[in-house]
Amino acid sequence: MEMTAAEALVKCLEKEQLEVIFGYPGGATLPVHDALHHSSIRHILVRHEQGAVHAADGYARATGRVGVCLATSGPGATNLITGIANAYMDSVPLVLFTGQVPTSQVGTDAFQEVDITGITMPITKHNYLVKDAAQLPRIIKNAFHIASTGRPGPVLIDLPKDVAQTMIEFNYPETVQLRGYKPTYRGHAGKIAEAARLIARSSRPVIYAGGGIINSRASKELLALAETINAPVTNTFMGLSSFPGDHPLFLGMLGLHGTRTANLAVTNCDLLIALGARFDDRVTGKIAEFAPRAGVIHVDIDPAEIGKNVQVHVPIVGDVKMVLQELLPRLEKRSDTRWLEQIEAWKKEHPLRYETGAEELKPQYVIEKLYEITRGDAYVATDVGQHQMWVAQYYRFKRPGGLISSGGLGTMGFGLPAAMGAQIGLPGERVVLVTGDGSIQMTMQELGTIMEQELPIKIIILNNHVLGMVRQLQKVYCEGRYMAVDFKFHPDFETLARAYRIKGYTLRNKEDVDNLLPEALESPGAVLVNCLVSAEENVNPMVLAGKSISEAIDC
Amino acid sequence: MRHTLAVLVENNPGVLARVAGLFSRRGFNIDSLAVGRTENPDVSRMTIVVEGDARVLEQVTKQLHKLVDVIKINDITADEYVDRELVLIKVNVGPAQRGEVMQIADVFRARIVDLGRKTLTLECTGNDGKINAFEESLRPYGIKELVRTGKIAMLRGFKYTGYHDNGTKEDN
Ligand SMILES: Cc1ncc(C[n+]2csc(CCOP(=O)(O)OP(=O)(O)O)c2C)c(N)n1
Repeated sequence: MEMTAAEALVKCLEKEQLEVIFGYPGGATLPVHDALHHSSIRHILVRHEQGAVHAADGYARATGRVGVCLATSGPGATNLITGIANAYMDSVPLVLFTGQVPTSQVGTDAFQEVDITGITMPITKHNYLVKDAAQLPRIIKNAFHIASTGRPGPVLIDLPKDVAQTMIEFNYPETVQLRGYKPTYRGHAGKIAEAARLIARSSRPVIYAGGGIINSRASKELLALAETINAPVTNTFMGLSSFPGDHPLFLGMLGLHGTRTANLAVTNCDLLIALGARFDDRVTGKIAEFAPRAGVIHVDIDPAEIGKNVQVHVPIVGDVKMVLQELLPRLEKRSDTRWLEQIEAWKKEHPLRYETGAEELKPQYVIEKLYEITRGDAYVATDVGQHQMWVAQYYRFKRPGGLISSGGLGTMGFGLPAAMGAQIGLPGERVVLVTGDGSIQMTMQELGTIMEQELPIKIIILNNHVLGMVRQLQKVYCEGRYMAVDFKFHPDFETLARAYRIKGYTLRNKEDVDNLLPEALESPGAVLVNCLVSAEENVNPMVLAGKSISEAIDC
Repeated sequence: MRHTLAVLVENNPGVLARVAGLFSRRGFNIDSLAVGRTENPDVSRMTIVVEGDARVLEQVTKQLHKLVDVIKINDITADEYVDRELVLIKVNVGPAQRGEVMQIADVFRARIVDLGRKTLTLECTGNDGKINAFEESLRPYGIKELVRTGKIAMLRGFKYTGYHDNGTKEDN
């Protein structure tokens, strides 16, 4: 069938069974937006392209499907960049379409021209500039395949306007042909056997599980592994929600703001089983003292992560779910309790703590209440800062994928649009955003989108009137000389919510939280809860720069 | 240590930028990089000489593999191979010294490709060591301009770095 490449693009997306596209139009996307008229695909008009890409990202994390966005050339494309980098760092599958100036003008500094394929080369898994309209269906097929397989990531397709208008014969390829792209899924049988032997011989094993567990949907296998060998489990920030937060074998998060128990367990273990995690600097602290006495088994889909930061004894490249499925039958049930007794002793000695008797409202209390009310079952999106770490510490996730947060890039402004995307992907689920008064102001124009789309998102602002996380850093590293972290003016968030016809609450103390938070969370539509919390509160424990994770301090 | 990598890549626009960008972004040092097409018009071959220890080389190889346009990587350093580089050198020589320089050229089997009133341009091929030696011998006469292609290399004998679609991305 003959059609324009723009129409073919929409047909390809329908063939990929895409339901929604997050976009913002411009001159260069006229042909594609025009072609969307007759499509079943729902176009969500955001308020800023950064909102589109974060929403597609939140959608992808919540549903496990590829998130798609569409932006115009020039400023439309550059507004996507933070979101692309964010998805790249956290391995989120996205396909991004950008309009481009007509081919004849490419390279001439034409109006609204930027070299977006050049700019995004280091932050995409792959990208394409479409020069031949006939190739577009093949490129889209490849893009979805590359984005969603192996270690997932964003793929960008830049489409010049004249190419979009060219007539082509539509033909969606059934298969991909990429001789340079063949991810390894099955782990090496010999290495898996070696891992099983190492596990049998160890007496103090720790499982260190990252975001790979969520991506490969291996939570069931992770639980089976932990319970079979009776090993405690710690999560990276990205791994949170992959293991039940209330399980007796769970140690909480490790690293910079990890629990003391998790960090002590890793420091003293004799075997570290790293699953879909990448030994990031926020996790390891001083690398020479990270798990210094341990043999290391490292399972990851990305071979480049293995041996990158630490020496590994048993490297296994593969999909973590498939590897665990092969490993489990080789393992004997273990019941040695000495190590677990030690862990229990640490847990008793070093629980997460904050001052519970205080007058003012403590942010940790709000998260504990949120956990109680939602029973760990909500999808919780966050922004970046102290509030994010308190969610990581105090919300005990039950549902794999329940945490939707920017880990690798730490992008303030991610939360609101990401929550939006998650709610669009999962209309029947409870989506809560926990944000800070700094972060929400980076992308709060999306409140408009939320109301337009009638999304019942519950927004909780832990409003400390400061850029809390940076303030904490200044307290610790700059001897309390606070610079550029105090907001002298804030809008009244409750009134602001009302301007968007969103129900607003302001909570000032524990009683307010006890009385009103349940009601706010049970309200049918979108709700904004402005919690006025103490500015002095810090995230504890904390590992100082260059220190071993076993030497956390309270600040 | 210096390693010589033979890298087969898709002959797509931007592939050189992807490879070069990867090296600079991750702080890998390229000594030289030569690229051109192969017996197969849609496959290009890069010969990359890179400096680093075993760990760096492992990262270089693995990160290169992640590029979708990279088809195959072969670290041929430890194998028997032939390598060649071509250099063009323009030296300051008037008629009086021409004879001397031509003698040097003879020793290195270099050729004279251009003759000016006060200059001579020579072409020489060989491996790294030979090219360096040639350059040193001409230095006393005053080198006005020098350009090297970077090294290209090929395994000796029956072994080869070709692309054959057997369904896997190989890494020898
Ligand atoms: C886009 C961006 N700019 C700057 C930072 C640096 N930064 C990290 S946390 C933080 C403070 C966040 O403040 P807020 O959202 O109010 O959260 P709080 O830490 O107070 O809970 C800042 C400025 C960042 N992570 N992202």
